[in-house]
Amino acid sequence: MRVAVVPPPTVASPQPRIKRRRGHGEAGAAWAYVSPAALIILGLGILPMAWSLVLSMQSSDLITPPQWIGLKNYEVISQDPSFRAAVVHTLVYTALFVPLAIAAGLGLALLLNREIRFIGFYRTLVFVPFVVSATAQGVLFSFIFDSHFGLANAILHRLHIPTQGFFADEHQALYLLVLIALWSGVGFCVVVYLAGLQDISKDLIEAAAIDGAGRVATFRHIIWPALRPVTVFLVVWETLQALQVFDMVFVTTRGGPLESTTVVVFFVWQQAFEVFNAGYAAAAAYVLAFGLLVLSIGIRFAQRRDDKEVSRS
Amino acid sequence: MTPVSGRKRRGWLPFSPWHFVLAPVALVFGLPLLWLVLSSFMTNAQINKFPPTIIPDSLHLDGYRYVLQNALFPRWFLNSTIVALVVVIGNLLFGILGGYAFARLRFGGSKLLLTLMLGTLVIPFQITMIPTFLIMKKLGLVDTLGALIVPSLVTPFAVFLFRQFFLSLPREIEEAAWIDGCSRLRTIWHVVVPMARPALSTVAVLTFLTTWNDLAWPLIAINDDHNYTLQLGLATFQGQHRTQWSAVMAGNLIAVLPVLIAFLAAQRTFIQSLTSSAIKG
Repeated sequence: MRVAVVPPPTVASPQPRIKRRRGHGEAGAAWAYVSPAALIILGLGILPMAWSLVLSMQSSDLITPPQWIGLKNYEVISQDPSFRAAVVHTLVYTALFVPLAIAAGLGLALLLNREIRFIGFYRTLVFVPFVVSATAQGVLFSFIFDSHFGLANAILHRLHIPTQGFFADEHQALYLLVLIALWSGVGFCVVVYLAGLQDISKDLIEAAAIDGAGRVATFRHIIWPALRPVTVFLVVWETLQALQVFDMVFVTTRGGPLESTTVVVFFVWQQAFEVFNAGYAAAAAYVLAFGLLVLSIGIRFAQRRDDKEVSRS
Repeated sequence: MTPVSGRKRRGWLPFSPWHFVLAPVALVFGLPLLWLVLSSFMTNAQINKFPPTIIPDSLHLDGYRYVLQNALFPRWFLNSTIVALVVVIGNLLFGILGGYAFARLRFGGSKLLLTLMLGTLVIPFQITMIPTFLIMKKLGLVDTLGALIVPSLVTPFAVFLFRQFFLSLPREIEEAAWIDGCSRLRTIWHVVVPMARPALSTVAVLTFLTTWNDLAWPLIAINDDHNYTLQLGLATFQGQHRTQWSAVMAGNLIAVLPVLIAFLAAQRTFIQSLTSSAIKG
């Protein structure tokens, strides 16, 4: 599709004069360059988002023509104990994973931020699990925590500790998922923090030491404030990831045992592609998305307020 | 010796005492992967006893033989490779073109389009997955590799990353090429792209990683096991062979190995790509 060539904008442009001469055909070329990206990103981003909203007000099984039912899906979902349980599981998972991942990431980054022999080897080992797919992690840890043949119970047995049910135990499965997510997710926090630590000027830390600041004081007054933007990024990023956890749940527990690990995205997937209740699934997805939106706006406001306080002090 | 540096040399050990802390940490992170490799070379008999063997006395290829004879792992490997390659190339090509247009060319609606594109970055996957499935169905792509390729062929992330990178490049070199009579596309190919190597590797690495490791979308879009990706095949294989752990681990290692090798070969690029997009983004 060709788009009409738009005359160059009349607003004063900061671009150098030489651009004027090649303004001819510029818009045409630009549209040709962006059209594949625009088509896919808008067609498979904006359009589905709107479609999903419509779908959430329909009753649809993805095969027969959908029926308009207004806000009925949202009414039902607000009363649905399974959905409520999924929200609770997701929040528990997120509330455990995010602080632990960030604290462990910072701790390990401080530990690994020194020049000793084999430090590269340690850094590599801590980060390697991050590149392993959630599927492979899930398969590996289903094996390690298998109640009969798993390494974990074998070690417990050797240590004369009673063996555990792990993924078969509805009181342990969700926490086990957090543990695995930490194993693979901490490495990312570590490398981001390490990059942040390397940006802190050595002179500043040495100056603090000369002024008599101990390790704790140096950390509190220099390192921690300098890492603040990195921490904010990690909190936002890890929270968004945690609220959308799916792959690992699908591979290890499929939401079980006794629905104890059904998280929101798993609930949405199940409703849409197992029960074929697509309208209801879309409504559930929108509830989660609304939560994400409120959260990210909240974080942005909190951050802005903090920034103001920091600049005032 | 300066006491202020806080780094007193401890003479009683031939190595830094920090190794006492770091070695257990390394063990926690390394042990599961070591177990993955070890158990894939064990027989089911070695695994299926309680308590299971921790250090096997002999290594076997039973698991690999089973996986290669009774499952479609080679096929899935090929599918994953095709999808990842095409998606990476698509993101580089369309990302460069789109990013260049946003960074260097003036066209009506560019601001709006860019805002919309950036907006799609924050749309969660579970919102778009059902309609995307319906769109793929309309296009006749469901249950083909096309369904896995098309939605990821270019991401707003790639376009935006290239745009940011091009904005940081000096304009003068491009203008010199332009004055020398180079066409716009030739300028991009011969002048801009060679300068954009860090951006190219960042987009390639992150796109490869997310595409190769994805499970949710292939699970939705693919039914026929001949069109599975490795991750989907592995998940399904494990579901069907709950007690044949040696074969499952062999398959698991096959699925993990390409990413592991790529990572170990280009560790610096991987980590720089991740941290740069993290700290700037």
